Amino acid sequence: MTLPRRSAAILATALLGAFAATAARADEVQVAVAANFTAPMQKIAAQFEKDTGHKAVLSFGATGKFYSQIRNGAPFEVFLAADDETPARLEKENGILPGSRFTYAIGKLVLWSAKPAIVDNQGEVLKKGGFDHLSLANPKLAPYGAAAVETMKALGAYDTLAPKFVQAENIAQAYNFVATGNALLGFVAYAQVLDEHGQLKGGSVWLVPGKLYSPIRQDAAILEKGTINGKAKPAAEALVKYLKGDKARAVIKTYGYDL
Amino acid sequence: MPFGPDDWNAVLLTLKLAGTTTLLLLLFGTPIAWWLARTRSWLKGPVGAAVALPLVLPPTVLGFYLLVTLGPNGPIGQLTQSLGLGLLPFTFPGLVLASVLYSMPFVVQPLQQAFESLGERPLEAAATLRASPWDTFFSVALPLARPGFVTATILGFAHTVGEFGVVLMIGGNIPEKTRVVSVQIYDHVEALEYTQAHWLAGGMLVFSFLVLLALYGSKARSRHGY
Repeated sequence: MTLPRRSAAILATALLGAFAATAARADEVQVAVAANFTAPMQKIAAQFEKDTGHKAVLSFGATGKFYSQIRNGAPFEVFLAADDETPARLEKENGILPGSRFTYAIGKLVLWSAKPAIVDNQGEVLKKGGFDHLSLANPKLAPYGAAAVETMKALGAYDTLAPKFVQAENIAQAYNFVATGNALLGFVAYAQVLDEHGQLKGGSVWLVPGKLYSPIRQDAAILEKGTINGKAKPAAEALVKYLKGDKARAVIKTYGYDL
Repeated sequence: MPFGPDDWNAVLLTLKLAGTTTLLLLLFGTPIAWWLARTRSWLKGPVGAAVALPLVLPPTVLGFYLLVTLGPNGPIGQLTQSLGLGLLPFTFPGLVLASVLYSMPFVVQPLQQAFESLGERPLEAAATLRASPWDTFFSVALPLARPGFVTATILGFAHTVGEFGVVLMIGGNIPEKTRVVSVQIYDHVEALEYTQAHWLAGGMLVFSFLVLLALYGSKARSRHGY
């Protein structure tokens, strides 16, 4: 029975080695990321890990949903919201490290269709009609959904368009409804329709003028779970610092955000 | 009372969806169950397995495939469009189709068990009395399988009421068309409207308990020969 015993020994050594490697490596940081920021954050997190050795574990979803999860004890340490109100509310409720709030990006809303030549560059298609479904993120939960509602109200088209709404649980699902063609058009985040070089991935798009909706200031903060004895944990602090750095800012701009 | 018109609409829509689905499943599920119970074909295994799939598949799998196949680029989507029916996602008929697939095993399996437990004898007896196969089915098999129908109806209805994942993926959350109770509860919870969420969620809890109580209660009674 030497063989099994030896393989057991090898296995044990390998396991020990793996544990040692984890322990020696830098920390992990749990990050809640607004769904519109998915693609840029994946890129930033990969660079962050390469540059600092810390690992950012990412969860994507609607900002309102993250808020309720954080209030109920979710283990997130850093929060990248899709608005500035939610982090501000968390600060009032002592849910974040005081003074850690900052704007990491200013989001842009677009009207998008996966088909070319559907959306014109004035958004006239909204008034002309010719579509059954208009996809948007649930305005109660997602800031981009609220911005879409604001835009339609500013255009005076809300009441005629409301019966065509299909509401997605978050902005990623709103994109998904349009990408699969089930909704001919929808309001999504500019970043979602751009590739990593800042080019339109496909279809037709209208970049909604900023005067039609209140600016989508996307704030980040270090959450209570990201602190220890009233100070930021090293990995959380490093991530926030990294987000403010040139490398991350370049990625954020490529995806069409203002800074 | 914190039960808004939206909540009532969601309740009515859910009952309508569950009712329609159950009716369709009894209609189409009965012949399938009958065939599964009586056949000696090699297809029995594959068909039985296909019917049972929703028991083990996550709703996301069903929802994903429905979204893709019913969409404008999918085979069923192209069929429904060429028939002039339009596209099924985000519509009530689309939800009915999804629910029929999703709740199928909850109706077909109890019926199949009921038909199987009849055995050959009552059917043979009817045949010797020169009853036609149809007559045998309606006058002998159906009445004898009554407990199976009760179980199938209750489970099919209750399971459709409890549907969530598939609806979330292909429903689009449209009031009075696809916003069912489970989705409405989800929205309330996500928006921290816990009071409204409690009313609906508590209602669902009581409803589900009563349904199962009726089911198990009736089973216990029939076992004791009342």
